[in-house]
Amino acid sequence: MKAIQMEEVQQALDSFANKEVYVHLETTNGAYAKHFDKNAYNVGAFIRNAKVSFSRAKIVGAESTYRIGLKMEMGWIYAEGVSDWELNDEGQLLLAGHDAQGRLMVALQISDKPFRY
Amino acid sequence: MQKHVVVIYPHPDDESFGCSGTITQFRKEGIPVTYLCGTLGEMGRNMGSPFFANRETLPEIRKQELLDACSVLDVQVEMLGYRDKTIEFESRDEIAEHIKTYLEQIKPSLVITHYPGEAVHPDHDAMGAAAIEAVRKMNPEDRPVLWAQAITNDRYEKLGNPDVVRDVQDVFDTKMKAIESHRSQFEGMLNKFKQSPEFLGKNKDALERFYYEEFYTWKFE
Ligand SMILES: [Zn+2]
Repeated sequence: MKAIQMEEVQQALDSFANKEVYVHLETTNGAYAKHFDKNAYNVGAFIRNAKVSFSRAKIVGAESTYRIGLKMEMGWIYAEGVSDWELNDEGQLLLAGHDAQGRLMVALQISDKPFRY
Repeated sequence: MQKHVVVIYPHPDDESFGCSGTITQFRKEGIPVTYLCGTLGEMGRNMGSPFFANRETLPEIRKQELLDACSVLDVQVEMLGYRDKTIEFESRDEIAEHIKTYLEQIKPSLVITHYPGEAVHPDHDAMGAAAIEAVRKMNPEDRPVLWAQAITNDRYEKLGNPDVVRDVQDVFDTKMKAIESHRSQFEGMLNKFKQSPEFLGKNKDALERFYYEEFYTWKFE
């Protein structure tokens, strides 16, 4: 993955609009947050291969991290803290945010076909 | 009975962090060791530091790291094909039956797994519980010895002292080499240790955890 280049990401997002796509959306602070700091607690959520379609997608942000919103007929998909992206060999758009140690904190991925499950 | 050790954990790297010293000592005695690895750690958040993996490439990367570690440790590995983070939601009984098919074939003298409820990660707890259930399902006279590994911070208060404490300093190099095989997972942690030396100073246990491997012998009623 490489640092987000807004125009390129916007173009990639647009290419998935108005058709059926598969989404992977995730956020996590790891399974050991509480283990290493008893005042912390573990938070995480993911959905893999949600079949959706959106009419509009937009990346907004400044400097290093970005927000992305996908507008669906009956709601929204939203991710904040995204900083890196890649369009992989399978044409899947991968977006993620990482902490200083390279650990994934948030991910939003869009694909024409299901992600491996 | 022919000696054979079966290690049952959910993630690539659990074997290296958890019991690679013990494994190496068994291998030095010529005892075969098989690792039943539950998942490929697909949902891990460590992507390397600096990161080189992503959510979609991580499974293949971790699979290769697992094979590398198992080659360092000279053990057989079987991948059970479950999904990271989901083991606790599967049927425990089905997983136990699945594990039992391996145990009946291998006929181990010893099984090593996580101590359910004392293993921090929900996958550890669930896989440990399923592994213990698999052994429980065996004929009592065929059952291997079972060592359960607890890693919670308050394990001694809750469980007392472990009855099996293995000093693995003689094979420490191999243990570190196995851990380092898990590059995507290890680099971040190494950096964390490097960045906060007082973390090590305050928690001498953290370092000694690498010198000693502890287990509680499971007692079936
Ligand atoms: Zn683990």
